[in-house]
Amino acid sequence: MIPLSWYLTLSAILFACGVVGFLIKRNIITIFMSIELMLNGVNLSFVAFATYWNALSGHAFVFFVMVVAAAEAAVGLAIIISVFRTRETLNVDRVNLLKL
Amino acid sequence: MLHTILFLIFAVVCVGGAINLLVQKAPIASALSLILVMSSLALIYLLLGAEFVAVVQVIIYAGAIMVLFVFTIMLLNAGQEERLPNAGKAAMLLGIPGLIIGGAAVYWVVTHSSVGGTRVALGQLYGSAPSLGRLLFREFLLPFEVTSVLILIAIMGAVVLARRGEQ
Repeated sequence: MIPLSWYLTLSAILFACGVVGFLIKRNIITIFMSIELMLNGVNLSFVAFATYWNALSGHAFVFFVMVVAAAEAAVGLAIIISVFRTRETLNVDRVNLLKL
Repeated sequence: MLHTILFLIFAVVCVGGAINLLVQKAPIASALSLILVMSSLALIYLLLGAEFVAVVQVIIYAGAIMVLFVFTIMLLNAGQEERLPNAGKAAMLLGIPGLIIGGAAVYWVVTHSSVGGTRVALGQLYGSAPSLGRLLFREFLLPFEVTSVLILIAIMGAVVLARRGEQ
């Protein structure tokens, strides 16, 4: 049967892809999608630990993470829409009003 | 054996989708590959026996959240993405050593992990909706109620932020 570490490796790879996307992408929507990818990687490790340690509370945590991700997506995309209305761009390098 | 083969197929699809998310220039292509990642993750959850989480993953993540993303991409007419001028050189300088170290770490973990230990047989479901509901409404009752308030605040915030100003 599959060892726990395989699931954790897959979860780490997904999280690393999310971090890389967050760092190299310039489009604000794609950066947001990279954050979702990181959350998915963490969810996978929660579910794997829940199964292997026979603890159902891992599933409850995944449920809460999903709820928070849904709320975050709603608010974040609304912010993106209002940023696009005022700045006419989705490039994060051009949204630099607070930069020194 | 079948368990391992299925896991490997879905894991490869998952990682391929995640890498495709990084290399695509159009945000809509990234969104579609993210849907692929989430769908194959739902199947991996089923392999782990997490019935309820797999269904919720499809409904909330691959359904609701990604529809919101695709809708925003189409609303804002987000076309091709601009690249940084020196992105290729930086990717070579940091990416190749990172890939080598990461690949070595993955190889070490896969070869040194002990086989055995999973309690879930193929097709055996473990986190069903009734048991998870019992857990949510007993031990996690307060966080569960707080999330409903959080969702309400998020809905109001999204409406306030996305509507047109009245000036």
